[in-house]
Amino acid sequence: MSSHNESILREPLMTGKDITYAKITDDILLPVENKPNKAWWIGFTVAVLGALLWVVSVSYTFWTGIGAWGLNKTVGWAWDITDFVWWVGIGHAGTLISAVLLIFRQNWRNSINRSAEAMTIFAVICAATYVVAHMGRPWLAYWIFPLPNQFGSLWVNFNSPLVWDAFAISTYFTVSLVFWYCGLLPDIATIRDRATGLKQKIYSVLSFGWNGSVKTWQRFEIVSLILAGISTPLVLSVHTIVSMDFATSVIPGWHTTIFPPYFVAGAIFSGFAMVQTLLLILRKVMNFENYITMFHIESMNIIIMTTGSIVGVAYLTELFIAMYSRSEYEMYAFENRMLGPYAWAYWSMMTCNVISPQLFWFKKIRTSIPISWILSIVVNIGMWFERFVIIVTSLHRDYLPSSWAMFYPTWTDVGIFVGSIGLFFTLFLLFLRFLPGIAIAEVKLLLKSSSLQHKTKLAQEGAFPAEQVEYFQESLEKYDSVTEEEIKELSVRK
Amino acid sequence: MSNTKYILGSFADPDDMMHGIDKLQANNISIYDCFTPMPIHGIEAKLGVKPSRLPIAAFCFGALGTTLGFSLLYYTMVYDWPMNIGGKPSFAMPNFVPVTFEVTILLCALGMVATFFFRNHLFPGRTPRVMDLRATDDRFILAVDAKENADHALIDSLLKEAGAVEVKYNDRKYVSYE
Repeated sequence: MSSHNESILREPLMTGKDITYAKITDDILLPVENKPNKAWWIGFTVAVLGALLWVVSVSYTFWTGIGAWGLNKTVGWAWDITDFVWWVGIGHAGTLISAVLLIFRQNWRNSINRSAEAMTIFAVICAATYVVAHMGRPWLAYWIFPLPNQFGSLWVNFNSPLVWDAFAISTYFTVSLVFWYCGLLPDIATIRDRATGLKQKIYSVLSFGWNGSVKTWQRFEIVSLILAGISTPLVLSVHTIVSMDFATSVIPGWHTTIFPPYFVAGAIFSGFAMVQTLLLILRKVMNFENYITMFHIESMNIIIMTTGSIVGVAYLTELFIAMYSRSEYEMYAFENRMLGPYAWAYWSMMTCNVISPQLFWFKKIRTSIPISWILSIVVNIGMWFERFVIIVTSLHRDYLPSSWAMFYPTWTDVGIFVGSIGLFFTLFLLFLRFLPGIAIAEVKLLLKSSSLQHKTKLAQEGAFPAEQVEYFQESLEKYDSVTEEEIKELSVRK
Repeated sequence: MSNTKYILGSFADPDDMMHGIDKLQANNISIYDCFTPMPIHGIEAKLGVKPSRLPIAAFCFGALGTTLGFSLLYYTMVYDWPMNIGGKPSFAMPNFVPVTFEVTILLCALGMVATFFFRNHLFPGRTPRVMDLRATDDRFILAVDAKENADHALIDSLLKEAGAVEVKYNDRKYVSYE
C-alpha cells in the first residue's frame, strides 16, 4: 500500500500544510520550470569565473608539465593528490546516502539523495582531473589501462594499487552515473509531460520514453535495490583502494594497516559535511524547507559527529601504534607531524576534525542552521588538511636529511584547487537549473506515511495515545518549518 | 459502437486506485495497466504481475564480470608476460582481488541496467507511450481496455464509486504521439 500508518514517535520527514502530490511537483520543479533568480545568477557567475581559473591553470599545467607545480625531488606528491583524495572523499557521501541508507530503509534519504548523488558525480569529475594532470603527460593517461602496446606485450602491473585505483575510480564513476540517471528517469518524465515545445522534445529524449507503468516501476525498484546493494561494497572498496595507494608503500606515516577503515570514515565524514554545506543553502534559496527538514539536518550532523569521532580515534591509534612500534622512523614521522615545521597543519586538522564535530553532542548546536553550516565548512577544511598532513609531512623529511625540503605551492597549484571548487559549483548549479534537486517520485512516497500533515490527521482522529502525541509535539519544536499553531493543532480532536 | 479504445480512471489518491482495482476485479473486468507517478507497493500482487527476473540477470552479469576480470589478470600477469616483481610469484591471488571485484561490480551494474532498458523499451529518443499526461505528476491512472470489456457504464460507475476524480474515454491508446 502507498500509505501505512507510521508511528507518531517518528519525526516527520515532510512538513507544511495542504501538501498534495501536485504541490510536491510544483514546489520541486519551480526552479526548473522558471527563469533562475538573482541568487542563482550571482552564484553561477562566481562559479564560472572559478571554473575559468581551473581551465587556465590546468591548461598551463598541460602546456608546461607538472614543473608548473611546487613539487620538488623530495615532495613528489602534494596538492594534486591532496585535492584528489579530498574530492573523492566528498563524493562518497552521495553513494552512502543513495545506497547504504536505501538498504537500511532510511526513508529520510528520499529527500536528499538526488542532490547528494549529483554531488558525487561532480566531485569524482573534479578528482579525476587531478589524476590525469599529475601523470605529467595526460595524453598518455590511457596507459594505465591494460592495452596491448606497440612496445611488446608488456601489460600494466596489476599488483600496483595505482592500477587498482584507476579501475576503482572509473567503476565508481560509471556506476554512480548509472544509478543517478536511472533514478532521474521518472522525474525527467514529469518535466516532459508538463513542458511544451522544444523543452518537451529535449526532456522527451532524456526521459528514455518513461511511462510509469506497473512493470516499469517494479523493475525500477529492483534495479535501485540491486544497484544499492552493489554500490555499498563498491564505495567502501574505492576509498580502501585510495588508502592503499599510501598504505602499501614503505613510507613511515603511510605504511599503516589502519588506513582503509580510517580513510572510509574520513570520506563519509567530509562527504556529509559537503552535503550539509550544499543542502542548507539549497533549502533556503529554493524554498525546500518543507522537504529537507530539521530532521534531515540533525541526522546528517549526527553522522558527521559519529564519523568524526571514528576519525579522531584513528588519529590517536596512529600515534599510539607509532610509539608502540618503537621503530625509529615511524616515531620520527609522527613527532615531525606534531612538532615539526608543518605542526600548524597537523593541529588545524586536529582542531577541525576531532574537536569541532564534538560540538554536535549539544542538541542546540546540531539543530542550529548557521552553526551547522559553519561547522560543515570547518570539517571540509579539516579534511583537506588531513590529506595534506598525510601526504606532505610524510614525504618532506625522508631517509636522507640532506634532501629534506619544504613544499611551497605555486599559483598553478592554488589555481587548480580553487578552480576545481568553481567547476564543482558550476556543474552543481547547472544541475539545479535543469534537473529536479529532489527526487520527486521518492518524496511523493512520504506524503501518506511520514508527513506532518498525515500524522496530524491521524492524531486528530485519535489514532495515537495522548502521551505519544505529546512526545511528538515536543520533537517538533526544533523544526524551523513548523509553526506553533501546527504543533497545537495536533492535540485537537476531531 | 463507440470508438473508445481505453477507459481511464484517474485517481488523486493511490489508495483509491487500489480500491478501484479491487472493485473492477470483483466484477471480472480485466485491467490493462496502471500508470502512477511513484511506485505503488503491493500493486504487482493485485494485478498478478510476476516478480521481476532482473536479479537473475544481475547475478549472471556479475558472474561474467568475475570471470572476465580474473581471466584478464591471469592472462596478463601469469600467462602472457609474467614479470619478476621483487622475486614474488606471478600468480599473486590477493592482488587480483581488487580489480576482479571492480570488474564484477561494473559488469553487474551495466548489464542489469541494460537489461532493464531493453525489456522496458527505454532508450534515448523513444517516443513516450503515455495514456494520460498527468500520470507522471499527480494522477494515478487505471487503464481498462474498452474493446475487451463491453459494459462501459458499469466500469464508469465502479471507478467513480472507488473515488476516481475523472473517467476518460480515449479514442487513441496514447495521447503523446503528436
